[in-house]
Amino acid sequence: MKLPPFAYARARSVDEALELLGEAGGDAKLVAGGQSLVPVLAYRLFRPARLVDVDSVSGLDGIVERNGEHEVGALVRHARLERAELGGAHRLLALAARHIGHAPIRTRGTLGGSLGHADPAAELPVAALALDARVVARSARGEREIAMDDFLLGPFSTALEPDEMIVALRVPAAPARSFAGFREFALRSGDFALASVGVVVAFDEDGAVSRARVVVGGVEPVPRSLDALPLGARLDPDTIAEVAHVAAASCAPADDRTVDAATRRDLVAALVRGALTDVGAQAA
Amino acid sequence: MTGRWHQADERVGVDVVLNGSSVTLHASPRWTLADAVRAHGLTGTHLGCEHGVCGACTVLLDGEPARSCLVLALQAEDRRVDTVEGLSDGDELHPVQAAFREQRALQCGFCTPGFVVLAAWLVDSEPDADDERVRDVLSSNLCRCTGYGSILAATLAARAGHA
Repeated sequence: MKLPPFAYARARSVDEALELLGEAGGDAKLVAGGQSLVPVLAYRLFRPARLVDVDSVSGLDGIVERNGEHEVGALVRHARLERAELGGAHRLLALAARHIGHAPIRTRGTLGGSLGHADPAAELPVAALALDARVVARSARGEREIAMDDFLLGPFSTALEPDEMIVALRVPAAPARSFAGFREFALRSGDFALASVGVVVAFDEDGAVSRARVVVGGVEPVPRSLDALPLGARLDPDTIAEVAHVAAASCAPADDRTVDAATRRDLVAALVRGALTDVGAQAA
Repeated sequence: MTGRWHQADERVGVDVVLNGSSVTLHASPRWTLADAVRAHGLTGTHLGCEHGVCGACTVLLDGEPARSCLVLALQAEDRRVDTVEGLSDGDELHPVQAAFREQRALQCGFCTPGFVVLAAWLVDSEPDADDERVRDVLSSNLCRCTGYGSILAATLAARAGHA
């Protein structure tokens, strides 16, 4: 369908975008790559009075490393993220980005857009949560960081205030021996995932698990970190099988039109097994 | 046109480089880039689903493939836009166009512009793409005549001719 009517303004800078948001008085949406927002408009699921275009705002497309912490700009496109040279656990962002839609979608879609849209099936919120990342939000009142744990409130719902704009994601430095795995299952390549799993595991010098995050997306209303991999464990096939079982059992998937809850649990088990096996292969 | 509001029904001039020529498209905020290039007379870009699923409207935006139904026309300001009309050099078909003809990679032809633009981008930018990469990129677009086999064969043939 053709898009519903809306007023439009293009911002060149973050300050200008915030000014335009202020002028709109809470009745505006930011648009960048538009890969989620424009379909929502086309379906008339949502009719904002105004759009503030931040697609060409300068200075938000960098990936900067400082003492092991990465700051990824909100306008970094998925196509860039999937090829980014991120080492260790931070590679999870690249692994996840590869699964987003198709090539012509990844050239346009942005990190900030994916986080702000907060689709329950989206890949990057899963990766950001598994990496204990913080969303950097700016408004006329200043800048604040929101931990991913506090950022995702529900499907398509975040802790972002109407006058705030995501400017970056800060990914804290990961321990030396840490690795990432990402797996998802979709009915067709490029479709929304029926379930996705992002894992980050750190090992101590003896090869025992010293830190672990197992995050499941697309299964519950928001991605959730499951307490499934005990510290001190060895990542052997038996442990992986047990963790996959525990993870699946601790999920609360709803039946939906595509798959029932039992199938989604089976998917979670298989995806956790796969992602942890990937980690084990890197750590070996 | 930056920094100020354009009303919903306002007609705005959008300066772009369209298939190598500087032109001004005329569009309202709610128009997509696909709407604008079609209104400009370039109706080779087809609109199938109009919500980013089918890929029939694929164009190159600053040299990279994008679904033109998911780009607002006003977002294209100061960018390069290449549509299917810009692929051939006069009567000289792009290798992908020639391969599509050779391999009969179309039936009804509705999806063809999107596939041709996408395949031409892939063959031009990644001449060493392996078969799996070609298949993965082409999986982005839909052909409801289910002519995927010949579309894939044509793209692989064009890639081989390029190498």
